Amino acid sequence: MEQIIIVAVLVTLGYLFGRRAEHKHFKSLIEREQVMNKLPAIASRLPPQDSKYDQVLVSGNVVVANDYFKSFVAGLRNLFGGKISTYESLLDRARREAVLRMKEQAQQLGAELVFNVKYETSNISGQTNKKIPVIEVHAYGTALKKI
Amino acid sequence: MLVSNLEFMTGKKVLKHLGLVQGSSVRAKHAGRDIMSGIKNMFGGELTAYTELLHESREEATERMIQQAQAVGANAVLNVRFSTSSITAGAAEIYVYGTAVVLDNNE
Repeated sequence: MEQIIIVAVLVTLGYLFGRRAEHKHFKSLIEREQVMNKLPAIASRLPPQDSKYDQVLVSGNVVVANDYFKSFVAGLRNLFGGKISTYESLLDRARREAVLRMKEQAQQLGAELVFNVKYETSNISGQTNKKIPVIEVHAYGTALKKI
Repeated sequence: MLVSNLEFMTGKKVLKHLGLVQGSSVRAKHAGRDIMSGIKNMFGGELTAYTELLHESREEATERMIQQAQAVGANAVLNVRFSTSSITAGAAEIYVYGTAVVLDNNE
């Protein structure tokens, strides 16, 4: 009985705080992406050959964890199969945040383009809590600055 | 030292290829941070302590790669790639590798 209460409390707390945090994060992501749209990040490997550029490696990383509610829902979903939208939104947020950080670094250098963008995702959950995944997303690319 | 993940440097000729250079760094999480992050885990969101830890770790790995490139007499590292792997619970390895080259700076 006690265990059920503990799980119920954790799920409720996870739901309330997790949802609020996610809403806030999505809002700030959209705002910052609009500002950063003038600095495109491109996955192409060949930079424009028209003029000379300075090349600098830029990167952004972010570590995110799922909240208890989402993990609970995902656990249920595992029984029936199908898409786990709670994880999808987590990874979406993490990727966009990582790219934004990379672009911010490029902007500080005065670059106009970020080329050859690569993503890297890894699971780094420790031994403390195997159930809740901790995910790191790292985005890196080459910032090009006109000389 | 120029570091880039493109395969060449725009407007500069590669005079010599010096082979692969690499750097790695393994870091474990601080116990206190681990506990704090455990609490934060419940509510979701970003774990800033880990973000910083992995960022520092990556910088150290890059620094080691640059040292190795300097040792072989290169002035740039091209086509840099990162890779992360969690070896045991609580520790992650960051590995950076790239091609050390000598660029023509006189142009």
